[in-house]
Amino acid sequence: MLLRTVGVVKRAVGVVKRAVEEGAPVGRRVFLGILGLGAAGVVTGAAVQGWLERSVAPIIGRDPTGLLALLPIGRFRIYTVTGGLPERSRASYRLRVHGRVERELDLSFNDLLAIPPTELVRDFQCVTGWRVPDVPWKGVRLRDILDRAGVLDDGDAVRFVSFDGAYSESLTLSQARRNDVMVAYELEGEPLSSAHGGPARLYVAPMYGYKSLKWLQSIEVTRRVVPGYWEQRGYDVDGWVGRSNGRDDDPT
Amino acid sequence: MTSTTVEPGIRREPDLARFDSVERAVHWTTATLFIVLMLTGAALYTGPISTLVGRRDLMRTVHVVAGLALPVPVIVGVLGRWGRRLRNDLTRLNRWTSDDRTWWRRTRRPSVRLGKFNPGQKLNAMFLGAAGVVMLGTGVMLKWFSIVPLDWRVGATFVHDWVALGVWISVSAHVLLALRDPVAMHGMRRGTVTARWARTERPQWYEEETGQPAERLRQSPPGHLRRGR
Repeated sequence: MLLRTVGVVKRAVGVVKRAVEEGAPVGRRVFLGILGLGAAGVVTGAAVQGWLERSVAPIIGRDPTGLLALLPIGRFRIYTVTGGLPERSRASYRLRVHGRVERELDLSFNDLLAIPPTELVRDFQCVTGWRVPDVPWKGVRLRDILDRAGVLDDGDAVRFVSFDGAYSESLTLSQARRNDVMVAYELEGEPLSSAHGGPARLYVAPMYGYKSLKWLQSIEVTRRVVPGYWEQRGYDVDGWVGRSNGRDDDPT
Repeated sequence: MTSTTVEPGIRREPDLARFDSVERAVHWTTATLFIVLMLTGAALYTGPISTLVGRRDLMRTVHVVAGLALPVPVIVGVLGRWGRRLRNDLTRLNRWTSDDRTWWRRTRRPSVRLGKFNPGQKLNAMFLGAAGVVMLGTGVMLKWFSIVPLDWRVGATFVHDWVALGVWISVSAHVLLALRDPVAMHGMRRGTVTARWARTERPQWYEEETGQPAERLRQSPPGHLRRGR
């Protein structure tokens, strides 16, 4: 067995050697090889990326040089649908709650801080495939805000609008009342930066990232679900991780 | 135009035609598309640059249009009657001679007689050519994801991300090396290189083009050498 293997290897080396001396079409081999790798990567990439996110992402988190952060693993990609990042300070931040409610609210950032906070540590999964493991969030349960406004009987959905001037999202009322749906103002123990949707954003833990609207400006209780920005462009309205958009990611 | 070498005892040798206008047009349009794709790609996918640039919808549109246009210059250049030299050079880029193999071992480089392209250029060309195809294929899957199985879309994201990293490395190296060699750069900008450069850097190619031996011409009068062979 071993001898036969050695023989095969020897012959292969010989073939390569001769080919090289005659001016072998190495270029074509490199070209086709990369095409093959690319195709293999497309088919197996989901598994490989999953493995990289689990095994390498924690190392990148501890890399003091920060150079490894350039690798496309285990990190947030910042998406905006408008020019630049909308900036708003905590001091000037207002959150309006209106629509089918008993009392309209106009909350300042301090009003949010006055509501008993909740914390969650969950993976963040984007519908484009990337996943950030074990992200700690802090904020206020959306349910607590809705209860303060008092949802009227005919209110059955919630619409969210961003102060970026373009983005919107929606949830059914029962989704909005889940324990793992919050208005977040801290990420990884830091005040939420503008890039991540600060001062405050929606965080819908069990759904794909596009449901977690950034730069939250208003919460409107509506009679029925109004499809949001990406949903008008083809994403599923109910964006459960692993059970929508044709994907089968592990639940977060 | 840089001047050719003027040395005692040698008449001024004419410059050598290295790339014709078709090859240069293909190179520079493809290069422009690559740069646009790399920059808009960076704006779309790396956090800090996304933050600086924003305008995601515009970036994505530019990225998609430039991506779809990427193969057009090469295809037009290769297929037409005008593409004879380009096709010829693609053959050269494909073939790997024993001198090419030795070139990588730096100590023996002085004895290596390179043809029109050095092995690094060959590898770069083949990698970027293949990467272009892979990036276009995976890019199409990302943009029109309903046409492929959804698992492929994640795989396509994965491949697109990593090959992008490779493209950045390859293009950066290519540009840095080109900037270090003004004559080679002139060959791609204006089409010609000096005979002296060709003799020292690409002796095999010099001989193919001129029918003259490349060695020792600098030290000895051409007449003497011709008599010697």
